[in-house]
Amino acid sequence: MKPRLAILLGSVAAVLTALVAASPRVVAADKVDPAADAKAFQNFFFQKFPKLKPEEFVNGPYSMDEGLKRQWQEKEEFPPYEFALDAGKEMFATPFKNGKTYADCFANGGIGIRQNYPYFDTREGKVITLELAVNRCREANGEAPYSYVKDEMASLTAYMAFTSRGKPFDIKIPDDPRALEAFENGKRYFYTRRGQMNFSCASCHVQSPGERIRAEILAPALGILNAMPIYRSEWSGMGTTSRRFVTCNSQTRAVPLEPQSDEYRDVEYFLSYVSNGLPISGPGARP
Amino acid sequence: MTALARMPALAAALLAGLLASPAHAQTAADGQKLAFDRSKGNCLTCHVIRGGDLPGSIGPELKDIKAKYPDRNELVAIVSDEPKRNPQSVMPPFGRNRILTEQEINAIVDFLQTL
Repeated sequence: MKPRLAILLGSVAAVLTALVAASPRVVAADKVDPAADAKAFQNFFFQKFPKLKPEEFVNGPYSMDEGLKRQWQEKEEFPPYEFALDAGKEMFATPFKNGKTYADCFANGGIGIRQNYPYFDTREGKVITLELAVNRCREANGEAPYSYVKDEMASLTAYMAFTSRGKPFDIKIPDDPRALEAFENGKRYFYTRRGQMNFSCASCHVQSPGERIRAEILAPALGILNAMPIYRSEWSGMGTTSRRFVTCNSQTRAVPLEPQSDEYRDVEYFLSYVSNGLPISGPGARP
Repeated sequence: MTALARMPALAAALLAGLLASPAHAQTAADGQKLAFDRSKGNCLTCHVIRGGDLPGSIGPELKDIKAKYPDRNELVAIVSDEPKRNPQSVMPPFGRNRILTEQEINAIVDFLQTL
């Protein structure tokens, strides 16, 4: 009789706990509240890693492991992204065939603006990333667009990020139901499991940051885009956010989307927004 | 763990090895290969396993398996579809998503039982 009673009490307690745990989510589902989401998201990481200062999260795996951090600090004296940075600086200053430059396409002449991307364009009803804006600038000036994943695009945005280092992410969600929908859509993509391995983005970068997969250390989702674009030793080169999304999908045996597809743009919008207040640290270097 | 504390476990493992049929030992050896193979079980990516280099840290160390899971069917269930038992688990459903065949899962379970 006694064990039965205990089981009964146990299940009652479990149901009550589940109800209590579920109720805030019900409220969140009724009304999209990105500010509350961002606060909860950041608090989750601050509580999980109480020793880290908020701005340290932008250093990804290096913030999670002392030994790795020291190696990285030494490497930063001769950073592997330096070639890309120099190339990007030169590309940025070189006029298009029509005599105009990138500076003509962007606010503040394109300097120190990385923290404002992606933004929601209320005219178009879509998320506009920095890479997208770069290619639109090129096409508007009669130049061919760059690949969204590496090479020139990564070099150019590396320079643009570099001029924005230290500026806190300042992503805005305008009062437009389509902007809220884009945020929600990105959030859904981030938390949905997919592919043969059955991982969501959150499986690794929310549930397991700081843990090792073989020799690699998983980066926290908080601040993960602040370091983009990155030089990855695994790629032997630079890559953009698009490249990271595509390789994350294929490594977990899911079907990657097209770079700059609506869903990827929405994930970038969600992930950048929840890192608001954390400084831009790009370009970054990763193992 | 000290070497002394490891002795009984080692002795038990040796004894189990002696008692096991040759066929069983063969599948356990196959299971180890599968468990360490990055494109197959890849258990090492998340678990510390005796004999494996550069293990990950997401899952628990795989040791004393026979003591922890005396029922072999439970091990098969875990490898086949752990999220079914525990929805929060990030362990891939190796059986359900056909990452491994039934035969391969059985070989891995044979290997796990030697740990």
